[in-house]
Amino acid sequence: MYHLAEKFARSAAVEDGGLAIHNVSRRGFLKTSSAAFALAAFSGTAAQAFTPYKTGGDDMPNGLKYDPNIFVSIGSDGTVTIVAHRSEMGQGSRTSLPMVLADEMGADWAKVKIVQAEGDEPKYGNQNTDGSRSMRHHIQSMRQMGASVRHMLQQAAAKKWGVDASAVNVGVHEVTSGSNKVGFGELAEDAMALPVPRFEELAFKDEKDFRYIGAGKISITDLHDITTGKAVYGADIMLPGMKVAVIARPPAVGENPGKVDDKAALAVAGVESVHTLAGSVMPAGFAPVGGVAVVAAHTAAAIKGRDALTIEWTKGPHSDYDSEAFTNEMRATAAQPGKVVRKEGDWEAARAGAAKTFEREYSQAHMVHATMEPLVAVADVKADGAEIWAPVQSPYQARQDVAKALGLDEKDVRVNVTLLGGGFGRKSKGDFVTEAALLSKEVGAPVKVQWTREDDIRHAFNHTTSVERIEAALDDKGKVTGMRYNSVAPSILSTFAPDSGYQFPIEAGMGHVDLPFEVPNLSIENGKAMAHTRIGWFRAVSNIPRAWAVQSFAAELADELGKDQKDMLLELIGSDRKLDPAKQGFPDKFWDYGEVYDEYPIDTMRLKNVINLAAEKAGWGKSMPKGEGLGIAAHRSFVTYVASVVHVKVDDDGTIRVPEVHMAVDCGFAANPERIRSQMEGAAVMGMTAALHSGITYKAGAVEQANFDTYEMVRASNFPEIVHTHIVEHPFSVHAAGVGEPGVPPIPPAIANALFNATGQRMRDMPIGDTV
Amino acid sequence: MANITINGDTKAIDAPGDTSLLWAVRDLAGLTGTKYGCGVGLCGACTVHVDGRPERSCLLSLDDVAGKQVTTIEGLSEDGSHPVQVAWRDQNVPQCGFCQAGQIMQAAGFLEENPKPTDGEIKEAMEGNICRCGCYQRITAAVRQASTGS
Repeated sequence: MYHLAEKFARSAAVEDGGLAIHNVSRRGFLKTSSAAFALAAFSGTAAQAFTPYKTGGDDMPNGLKYDPNIFVSIGSDGTVTIVAHRSEMGQGSRTSLPMVLADEMGADWAKVKIVQAEGDEPKYGNQNTDGSRSMRHHIQSMRQMGASVRHMLQQAAAKKWGVDASAVNVGVHEVTSGSNKVGFGELAEDAMALPVPRFEELAFKDEKDFRYIGAGKISITDLHDITTGKAVYGADIMLPGMKVAVIARPPAVGENPGKVDDKAALAVAGVESVHTLAGSVMPAGFAPVGGVAVVAAHTAAAIKGRDALTIEWTKGPHSDYDSEAFTNEMRATAAQPGKVVRKEGDWEAARAGAAKTFEREYSQAHMVHATMEPLVAVADVKADGAEIWAPVQSPYQARQDVAKALGLDEKDVRVNVTLLGGGFGRKSKGDFVTEAALLSKEVGAPVKVQWTREDDIRHAFNHTTSVERIEAALDDKGKVTGMRYNSVAPSILSTFAPDSGYQFPIEAGMGHVDLPFEVPNLSIENGKAMAHTRIGWFRAVSNIPRAWAVQSFAAELADELGKDQKDMLLELIGSDRKLDPAKQGFPDKFWDYGEVYDEYPIDTMRLKNVINLAAEKAGWGKSMPKGEGLGIAAHRSFVTYVASVVHVKVDDDGTIRVPEVHMAVDCGFAANPERIRSQMEGAAVMGMTAALHSGITYKAGAVEQANFDTYEMVRASNFPEIVHTHIVEHPFSVHAAGVGEPGVPPIPPAIANALFNATGQRMRDMPIGDTV
Repeated sequence: MANITINGDTKAIDAPGDTSLLWAVRDLAGLTGTKYGCGVGLCGACTVHVDGRPERSCLLSLDDVAGKQVTTIEGLSEDGSHPVQVAWRDQNVPQCGFCQAGQIMQAAGFLEENPKPTDGEIKEAMEGNICRCGCYQRITAAVRQASTGS
């Protein structure tokens, strides 16, 4: 086997052997961003080009780090090495965050090398790559570290030439003063003798001087490797002496292997051993579900051996799960009053006094992530420690989980992060990593655990399934006077704590209690639903069923009242304002994506703006040929605002097509427009897949789907053909937000609304199928 | 033991002749550019060329390619200069990148047979290659660029 693990140098810039900027003193350096924030408030000079603001990044575990010695090194040849500490799964942060730092420090991107950080949050700060947080939380620290390095280079040059620092100009990868000129490499050693500057000593670039930030001209750093097959994903790690394990997992979570016949498996050429793994009962966090592992010399033998096992599974608490019956239970629950989680005005009175009421109910099936790279991890466990190579969104979490499972100290576990062949939330949950660690310990050799596609589809942490019921009270003029919105869905919390059947603030904050409608009487309710399978987060999470319901309902209401669907949506949103959680009955524990609300308020002006922008670009209101229609939907999620206008065309044979999509996105300051566009294009595809195809169903506790024939994807013959992305431009002062998830939620309802406008058929249950 | 010719080199593979070509290429020949995505010919991530034609390596055995030329992404060009690879970079196609080797091999094999395809032919040819990130708009643009030069 080839030894691909050597690509993972004992990384981190400061260890890479180049001439690094090692400061001799950390004196005065700001260790926490809250300190930086406080200081900046007093700073009248340096902060003009950059006024820091508070983000939820400070409150994430291990917060944010601002030390350029951790993130940057400069080689004597001028090569600038920047650490990417967030996981790359296609969203682009491995490029975009180092790009921010490089621009601010004056580096020439062609001379920048990127190394991936291992899982070490005390060193790098939070690495949990999830929640569309990378740019939102880290753009400021990247700018600050870039400015720090530029300052150190400037100071070193001033000293070298005996001039005042103000006479030294840091240009593109070179430093000049009068006729003096040196490259970054020549200054690296001198710069390293300097302390890291204090925040108020820093001068930040003016936005007009950015070369890469906001320009969208940088290709992703792995582009050449990806197109030549050299990029290294988790599956590509090969260690000397490595075994490959494929695991038979219980059909339902909580079941265990009873009688196991492994004779046929052991007879397969290349199979070496068979091992039983202990199972887990919910709530089990990210613990493996257990099963029977076949360990072999290579993957083909391991798969063949696994398929040759005969196993009788014991029954568990969820062995009878039937998702169809469960959906019917949720429908019954949704029709009853739920637990009130937001109350504004008096819904009951509004309904009692209504001239008319209007109710609709929407549902969504479970979904799984189906990353193109099925789950995979490599572990090399020895007596004194463990080394892991894995495509993980949260490497430090994986490190802690492995340490716990092996009974090791965290310091004796190293987690190397490969590229992720897709993530979408699944690779936050390191059950597959723990499996590899346990098996490596057991067989005494490096082990790769390879999940098959069938494993991936059947043993996910599912996107929840839900029923969303909305009722509106209308007065005799057709004005909406009240709404009741009951959301019923098993909670992610059931994965971590005994299941109460009710949702927690994070789910409530995703399009439910934060309903942005200007309706005087609101009752936002949550009905009870127990989890019968592992529930996890899937790209955009609860925002998907909420946008599906709310945005479909707005269009249905428009049709009922004979109004234009876009006008109805704007009318419901109402006046330009920032929602006031205290005055509008939001729960005390209202969760605004982990942010301080006043920094990222729900701003209806921005929401309406993206609606109007998408509508204008799409030619909303134009007449459409028979069998074609436009649909509109808008949703704020992860503090980013997205509106979509989807053009649906139905073929004579009933095939649903999407010839064109307009995405209007307001994510605050747009750091890397090129990747924002790619995320919007991808979201349109994933949204279309979710709307048309993505349904995971259970019978007798087991998933009925297995591979891409039964869990279908949008393909090249029928995809959103032209996605136009319209980015609302903002200066840096309008806080940058992420785009990994927010593009998805508006797509399914926009498709359903367009389909209705094309055919008169209203779809309320996702997935809707690919034909009408 | 089976001998197969990959990217011009004949390699002795220590596995029975009915072993999956995909896993032999990856685990035993050490060429990891070819990816596993579904194992049953539904996603195209494992696409290689057999005597110049795109094939799903997960559906072939070592015996199936005896005496034939297997080309993987690593052998498509010396330095990534194949017009399809260049077009892929010009269009900034990849997101996560995992399916892209299969996409590129499919596109390169297809254009070999049909150098000036229509848009409809491009879509049909790329139908078997799934991209979960949803890069289809750029994939079709890149195939078009590789075929027409623009």
